[in-house]
Amino acid sequence: MPEKSGAEILIDCLLEQGVDTVFGYPGGAVLPIYDALFQQKKIRHVLVRHEAGAAHAAEGYARSTGKPGVVLVTSGPGATNAVTGIADAFLDSIPLVVLTGQVATTLIGSDAFQEADTVGITRHCSKHNYLVKDPADLAATVREAFTIATKGRPGPVVIDIPKNVQVATAPTDVKGNSPNRFHPAREAEYAAINQAVELLAKAKAPILYTGGGVINSGPDASAALRELAELTGAPVTSTLMGLGAYPASSEAWLGMLGMHGTYEANMAMNQCDVMFCLGARFDDRITGRLDAFSPDSIKIHVDIDRSSINKTVRVDLPIVADVGTAIRQMIDIWKGRKVKPQPLTEWWSKIEGWRSVRCLNYPASKSEIMPQYAIERLYAATKDRAPIITTEVGQHQMWAAQHFHFDAPNKWLTSGGLGTMGYGLPAAVGAQMGNPDALVIDIAGEASIQMNIQEMGTATQYRLPIKIFILNNEWMGMVRQWQQLTYESRYSESYSDSLPDFVALAEAYGWKGIRCDDPAKLDDAIAEMLAYDGPVMFDCRVAKTANCFPMVPSGAAHTEMILHSDEVSGTMDDEAKALV
Amino acid sequence: MHIKEEVSERHVLTLTVDNEAGTLARIAGMFTSRGYNIDSLTVADISEDHATSRITIVTKGPPPVIDQIIAQCERLVPVHKVTDLTEAGPHVERELALVKVSGAGDQRVEAMRLADIYRARVIDATVNSFIFEITGGPDKIDTFVTLMREVGLVEVGRTGIVGLMRGSGAS
Ligand SMILES: Cc1ncc(C[n+]2csc(CCOP(=O)(O)OP(=O)(O)O)c2C)c(N)n1
Ligand SMILES: [Mg+2]
Repeated sequence: MPEKSGAEILIDCLLEQGVDTVFGYPGGAVLPIYDALFQQKKIRHVLVRHEAGAAHAAEGYARSTGKPGVVLVTSGPGATNAVTGIADAFLDSIPLVVLTGQVATTLIGSDAFQEADTVGITRHCSKHNYLVKDPADLAATVREAFTIATKGRPGPVVIDIPKNVQVATAPTDVKGNSPNRFHPAREAEYAAINQAVELLAKAKAPILYTGGGVINSGPDASAALRELAELTGAPVTSTLMGLGAYPASSEAWLGMLGMHGTYEANMAMNQCDVMFCLGARFDDRITGRLDAFSPDSIKIHVDIDRSSINKTVRVDLPIVADVGTAIRQMIDIWKGRKVKPQPLTEWWSKIEGWRSVRCLNYPASKSEIMPQYAIERLYAATKDRAPIITTEVGQHQMWAAQHFHFDAPNKWLTSGGLGTMGYGLPAAVGAQMGNPDALVIDIAGEASIQMNIQEMGTATQYRLPIKIFILNNEWMGMVRQWQQLTYESRYSESYSDSLPDFVALAEAYGWKGIRCDDPAKLDDAIAEMLAYDGPVMFDCRVAKTANCFPMVPSGAAHTEMILHSDEVSGTMDDEAKALV
Repeated sequence: MHIKEEVSERHVLTLTVDNEAGTLARIAGMFTSRGYNIDSLTVADISEDHATSRITIVTKGPPPVIDQIIAQCERLVPVHKVTDLTEAGPHVERELALVKVSGAGDQRVEAMRLADIYRARVIDATVNSFIFEITGGPDKIDTFVTLMREVGLVEVGRTGIVGLMRGSGAS
């Protein structure tokens, strides 16, 4: 049988998986793979500027296209630099296959040059990982890795490949069948689905609480969710990760829930009689104080990962299944039986009452740009182009979640679980690679953007016309806000001192730079950004000490939301501080 | 503010896993990284082709935590099956211990006499020492070791528990 090198087998396997883009950075332990890449034309390699950028770019690519993202980095520092992105993808269930070089098998364990225990380091922040010791095992490993990354609850899978395994040869049985030991269930049990239908049909105050799982399940799950919402007449809310699965322009949309969610979403969660959780996981940023979380509701939870069920909140009806499939099953039963939901007029009038609080209102200003206003204007100027929005982490992220509205899935890319500053720019690079014609905007903070700012060079190199819209408040605003609310305004190390001149920086990278600090000129400046056919960094100087409301302070119940800054206390007891 | 503790239950879990590099580290490490307890852990290859191993873990936690532990174990790719013997019903648990005592005269006679009562076997003897081999449930071994402290205990080695369900079914 003809033989090929491990590196060549790897390339063949990537092609077999339909991979067309790899985000990576070369180094000694992956030189054989880079040489094999050089000798083919089907896979594009995107050279990032830092391996964290490679992992986040692959996340952005995956989240916006629905396909797995592929990362290629060298051993030691290459692998450790990628760890943040791997951990990020693990918490947000993003399918990645991360290929890391490793020192030769004969050197493993000897503290060789650029040796790190990559499988040890990534073991608990990846869905699975491998150390491949023989090129004959590579094909089966790569195939299983793609299955594991994409099936069930998606996540990152790491394949560590020693350099001698890349060089050594093995028979090229690339098409051969490998046994697959990973078979997550997709369909829900009929009895459970049936019971869910009955509970929803009888509900007088139902709510659909949706999460990132609906997006991971694919576009059909979002379509099915819309249908279910219509059939049941129930209001819909979503976690940060699930925005876009249900159209924000719908009447039944309550906005995001949780710590910075809307008053109506949190109140409806608290007062509902049947809570139907679809692909969300009762994270602490969602529930607030657990013993006060929706005390009187019957809870149904559909999740593909059984460990997400009953993890923090006990539910009455657990359903382990793919959300899209489970919703379709419900719709079939619902329609088949011509189920009539309860009249929900009373429930909706309650909700209208909460809506009338207009919790997202903020004090307007003529002299300075309010950050919320900036997001509103950006949304107004771009919504017709259905842009892909990425974010960094902080107040700007929450303002974007509150004031930018999404009508379709896969348009909102943000680091929810890990909350990784520095995610947004590389994620925008990945999203633009996967969606060359889309308008891609990173809504950033001036502090976060500096964490992976080197990726501007990547955008320049590949002529990616991404836009970075910085809400520059000269503070690590989210940290400053917490210090104001819980530590009596002792602003310890949260000022963004010595900022670069972002316009000059943009120009240094061959980008266009725009600065605006006048609300009257904002629309024109945004138009100028959008009209420019190339990457733009927009330094939007906003009000410096605005706070993000509404807010469920940590340790509080949903009903104890702070709506406006005049309700702010300035201290917090130790129990609450410890929950942060 | 003080940290609060919850009431724990002891559970014996058996896991059927792929016998491959890193599986034990993955399972043991998952327990540590998620803050679960391991009282004992045993592992050995159990299939003819050496492809699968059985791991027995004794753990403690409040019931919802035990449920999470099982779910988190099941989530690991090389884990095929998890059985909670404590929940599953009647089962047997056995552990083996080697217990070394040293002494002379009456102490030595007493050690022998107790060993006899507990059906421990002598597997090594010198003029001033014995090594006993004892198998049994964890309580029996605990009691035996406590008694041996009185008669010159030198050291103990224990295997940790293995367990099987009673009756003809497999766990
Ligand atoms: C890598 C990382 N380090 C630290 C934090 C903690 N953190 C959360 S928000 C924030 C401040 C972000 O400031 P900025 O990017 O300016 O956003 P703003 O809140 O001002 O909108 C910090 C430091 C984090 N989330 N990620
Ligand atoms: Mg800031």
